[in-house]
Amino acid sequence: MTQAYADADLIRLVYQEARLIDQGRFEEWYGLYTDDGLYWMPLAPGQQSGADEPALMYEDKMLLRLRLDRMNDPKAHSLHPAVRCLHVLQAPEVTSRDEAAGRYTLSTPFIYVETQGDTQHVLAATAEHELAGTPQGLRIRVKKILLLNCDAALPAIQRLP
Amino acid sequence: MSQSPHMPPNADGESVAGLVQADRVHRDIYISERVYRLEEERLWKRAWIFLGHASLVPNTGDYYTAEIAGQSLVMLRQADGTVAVRFNRCAHKGSQLLHERQGNAGKFLRCPYHAWTYKLDGKLMSVPLKNDYEGTGLSESPSAQGLAEPGGVRDYKGFVFVRVSKTGPDFDSYFDPAVLATLDNMVARSPLGELEVVGTPLRNVMRCNWKMYLENINDTVHPISTHESAAAAAGNVGKSLPADDAGTSLAMEQLLPFGAGYSFYSDMGAKVLPNGHSVLGTKASIHTGYAPLPEYEAGLAALYGADQARALLSFSPQNTVLYPSAAFKTSPSLIRVLRPLGPDRTLIEAWALAPKGAPQRLRQRVASYVRLVFSPMSVVAHDDVHLFESQQKGLRSDGNEWVSLHRGHKADETQTPELALENGNNEIMMRNQYRGWLRLMDPA
Repeated sequence: MTQAYADADLIRLVYQEARLIDQGRFEEWYGLYTDDGLYWMPLAPGQQSGADEPALMYEDKMLLRLRLDRMNDPKAHSLHPAVRCLHVLQAPEVTSRDEAAGRYTLSTPFIYVETQGDTQHVLAATAEHELAGTPQGLRIRVKKILLLNCDAALPAIQRLP
Repeated sequence: MSQSPHMPPNADGESVAGLVQADRVHRDIYISERVYRLEEERLWKRAWIFLGHASLVPNTGDYYTAEIAGQSLVMLRQADGTVAVRFNRCAHKGSQLLHERQGNAGKFLRCPYHAWTYKLDGKLMSVPLKNDYEGTGLSESPSAQGLAEPGGVRDYKGFVFVRVSKTGPDFDSYFDPAVLATLDNMVARSPLGELEVVGTPLRNVMRCNWKMYLENINDTVHPISTHESAAAAAGNVGKSLPADDAGTSLAMEQLLPFGAGYSFYSDMGAKVLPNGHSVLGTKASIHTGYAPLPEYEAGLAALYGADQARALLSFSPQNTVLYPSAAFKTSPSLIRVLRPLGPDRTLIEAWALAPKGAPQRLRQRVASYVRLVFSPMSVVAHDDVHLFESQQKGLRSDGNEWVSLHRGHKADETQTPELALENGNNEIMMRNQYRGWLRLMDPA
């Protein structure tokens, strides 16, 4: 964890993560997260805790594993017809770096589009990534999705913003 | 008694009785615009509808706004500590007074449009250019009365219900004590006798009729097939887990029961009650197996006595439906609220509650459950919503205009207004909802 990462390395990982989701390469995507990785979407603007209050999503690697395993199940009825998605990212901004701890944060506004059959949904959000330098390389420890309309009545969101 | 399912055109007192038979309902109940408008006019105004929880408005001047079948309503904490409900509609020209979902109005309500001002109890305090109203008909008109009130309001232990219509059943005749017992139980789980909302609600919009969602709340046969993929994934992941991870085991504890087979539900016990209400899982439910919280339970035992505390804690039905607007769970404590938006569009809100003075673990439990099961991102909810939306499309097809609710039907089942059953797999859980529907929809 003594390796220093340039901004370009951090930014590349954010783009890579979005691309893997869009391409449906979920096993590789899962491998980008640390063992204690967390993917969460607050429900209320300014929400601090995902464990003590309802959230749109608050999933450790076990729950992400469950989500991905279900995606692969032909009996996942809601995924027929197939759902596809696309992330369109604004350039990620590095918001902090702690070389000693190997901890880096970025903020990335983006548009997320999901389509199924004749229905397409467009959402906007800001991704706040916390990246970790590990012996295996740069990984994602936390991805926090600040959905622009988190407090709106939402349709089903079936892939991963 | 054979009635045509087709409604007579443009009849004021038009009857919908033909849409509901003893063991089946006509598809127009779900897809017809005209039936939906009649529901807005009759059902949603005459029934006692859940508006919100009083803990949303703890201090004087606090308010919470909601829309129920087109009616703009606001819940307001009065200076005397009670909760009042008014139409969120300025007496002048009908603008909504309050535009936030929640907030504090201060000492008065002042319309942003022309500054008509009201006291917190809705009485009209002042209008601009008062002199110009002299000699006019304002003082005799409804506008001088201030904010109009719904026909009935009841704050039942913090659960606030409204009846929009001036006429209709009173609260105590509309809700059977067997149904209010669930609300009593929720409140009694707090050593302080009070619940509070945890966080904000999960809000889902779906392209289906509200009654499909409400039937599904009482549907014990669907999980094994609808939720097959989520249950299988939970089962597989659960096998590879260390048992000591508190956060992980909470999620597993909540998801694994979705894999239960038919026999689990056939033994859980249920009750159907007049006006469409019901309790499912009188004996057991998917919530019965949650890990105990010894300190908290000992506290309730000290308060109520050991036997009463045990009975209290073991009463955790799958769902208690307060027809037509809400379904309650005692453990975890939560409410699902149905708000119809159109014949083919429904808003569902899932509100998490926790007892005041109860351990953090209970807050975590309810936060976890609503997130895992009722979020727009829930892999459990995805399959339900997909199938409701599919029903909404499929029902427009010709060839069969009826929805079958035959399972478990007995010709004499309506002889008693209240019926206790062993088998939760009986579609009487839905047939009873339509008996409640007919009662409200009667043009008389």
